[in-house]
Amino acid sequence: MSTPIFVGLDIGSSRTKVAVIDAGHQVLGHAVRKSGTDFSATAAACLEESLEMAGSPRDGIASAVSTGYGRANVAFVTTQSKTEIGCLSRYGRDRFHEAITIIDIGGQDNKVIKLDGDGRRASFKMNRKCAAGTGAFLEEMSLRLDIALEAMDGLARQSTEMVKLGSYCTVFSATEVLENIRNGKKVPDIVKGLFYSVVKRVLEMDSHAGRVVMTGGVVAHNPYIVEMAGEMVGRPVVLPEFPQLAGAIGAALYALDETDPIGIRNTIPAGETHG
Amino acid sequence: MAEEKKTTRKKIHAADRMNRIMADYFYGLNEAATTGKRKVAWCTSVGPAELLHALGFAVHFPENHAAMLGATRMSTDLIPEANAIGYSPDICSYLTADIGAYLKGITPLAKAYPGIASVPRPDVLVYNTNQCRDVQDWMAWYSKRLGVPSIGVTSPKNVNDVTDAHIDDVTRQIEALIPTLEGIAGVTLDMDRLREAVALSRECTELWKRVLETAIASPAPLTFFDGTIHMGPAVVLRGTREAIDYYNVLLAELEQRVTDGVGAVDGETSRIYWEGMPVWGRLRQHSELFANLHSAVLASTYCSSWIFPSFDGSDPIRSMAKAYLELFIVRSDRYKEEYIKGMLEKFRIDGIIYHDAKTCPYNSNSRYGLPGRVEAETGVPSLVISGDLNDLRCVSDEQTKTNVEAFIEQIAEGR
Repeated sequence: MSTPIFVGLDIGSSRTKVAVIDAGHQVLGHAVRKSGTDFSATAAACLEESLEMAGSPRDGIASAVSTGYGRANVAFVTTQSKTEIGCLSRYGRDRFHEAITIIDIGGQDNKVIKLDGDGRRASFKMNRKCAAGTGAFLEEMSLRLDIALEAMDGLARQSTEMVKLGSYCTVFSATEVLENIRNGKKVPDIVKGLFYSVVKRVLEMDSHAGRVVMTGGVVAHNPYIVEMAGEMVGRPVVLPEFPQLAGAIGAALYALDETDPIGIRNTIPAGETHG
Repeated sequence: MAEEKKTTRKKIHAADRMNRIMADYFYGLNEAATTGKRKVAWCTSVGPAELLHALGFAVHFPENHAAMLGATRMSTDLIPEANAIGYSPDICSYLTADIGAYLKGITPLAKAYPGIASVPRPDVLVYNTNQCRDVQDWMAWYSKRLGVPSIGVTSPKNVNDVTDAHIDDVTRQIEALIPTLEGIAGVTLDMDRLREAVALSRECTELWKRVLETAIASPAPLTFFDGTIHMGPAVVLRGTREAIDYYNVLLAELEQRVTDGVGAVDGETSRIYWEGMPVWGRLRQHSELFANLHSAVLASTYCSSWIFPSFDGSDPIRSMAKAYLELFIVRSDRYKEEYIKGMLEKFRIDGIIYHDAKTCPYNSNSRYGLPGRVEAETGVPSLVISGDLNDLRCVSDEQTKTNVEAFIEQIAEGR
């Protein structure tokens, strides 16, 4: 019989993430793809890819839990689904053993989650019905500026005189960006201004008790945002390993809980960064 | 994913009876307006309805009509009609939906009650600003449009303790309405009839309170979502015998549920308090959302707003003034905090949800730090959801769902 593995699937509005972990909470395999329009097919493709990376056969899956917007669309998850907030909390409780604030920047949702010293969720906040400061905001701006998303981090770091954007609204921010282009502002300064806007929007959602940890695809691909956040909160902000997979890992941990209800580890897995 | 068994809240059998008396009420209004047998007054929901009943008016409540526009999901298409004539999308969506419906010449009454073509044309418009200034503007528009007088009471706001000075002020304002109303009604106010109407309102309110307090039981026999529907008679038939008869029947059914240990939601595992307005166009969805999580939303400020303990038939006008002033929405944040804390304890609440209604700041108590203060003092976790009473463009279903599910998870894991 193969070694049991536990799968978490995070089907987000923008990206689908899958994580495969073992009973020791170690990440064995993972995959990320655009969610597209067929959530189930994307999740299945991500699962195959992550199983291959883990070197595990499908029949080794002891349990699987889904989360994210498409959590109900995964045909092969027969156990349960959890909210992203629950999964991020479960991840934080597993990886950090102190009071933390998790700031997750997703495709269209920002979340600020506070865990107490025992790893219990003390409170959480999501952005209101507005995508300002989310991944969708950066995607929109990359389209407007005709800059590849993956190039933004490097451009922002080249800035010498950041352009500040005042609008709360993504569409009006785009107008401000165009105005700055007309006024001859440099692209790196505008991109840094966009990053600043993202950080500001998410930080102003709530206060930030304890260690601050940032997760989500935006910070995974733009670590400069984490550095900016650290400057703004006045202390280093943690960018853990696999920031984009945090929700999927949390879902996998819930899957593990199903077979091992007291499987909350007291040790930190090797390879995790704690800043 | 395996198909989950859906949990829905249990049907309240008295609802059929309520539907009949509500139908009688609307047909009665229609008859008054179309035959001219009785004068018609439009009244804000916590306006001086008892006075109007005593003077023989048939009473229409535009807020009730606006809630129907919301519940039938007609409002979102109607609000822009009012926006187009200059009413901001940010003001009361009851107002904008109702005016929009008038401009379009449509009403959900026509579909629900064959033979009714429109809302009843008013002979007078009567408001009380105890809820908000918007109701006065709402009546002002109809006054100008229809050429009928708009009169009312301007109430103080942010009241901590309701004092004699407050009551004197509102009493005088109610008294000042009487000559105008007598002139329109063509009768002199019979104080005995007013005493009777106020006494009936008192009886109605006491029964409604007992209905709501059946939810102290665990499992709770009714939910907030039932309450929003079943408070209909308390809103539109306050001051009449029909409302009292109905609540006696409803109360008996709910008390039987308590005796039998029957909950409105199967397997009640968490008890939730709802602060703020309902999202009228999402009542069913929200009811199912909570029921599927085995969570009972069993108490609220909103449904409790039709409890008026100060009505006193022996001192009708002054007791009306006091009752209208003691309304939660009239009160200071200090009072509101104490009230909510009392409700959390009384109903043994596990979590409180604040509905931040985009167009109703007066019924959104999440904007000045109140949730944080209450949470810090009680330890009861809270969640703020963004939405609106009638404008579904301000509602994000997926975000609401995720927030609520995460909140119930949090409560479960906190135990």
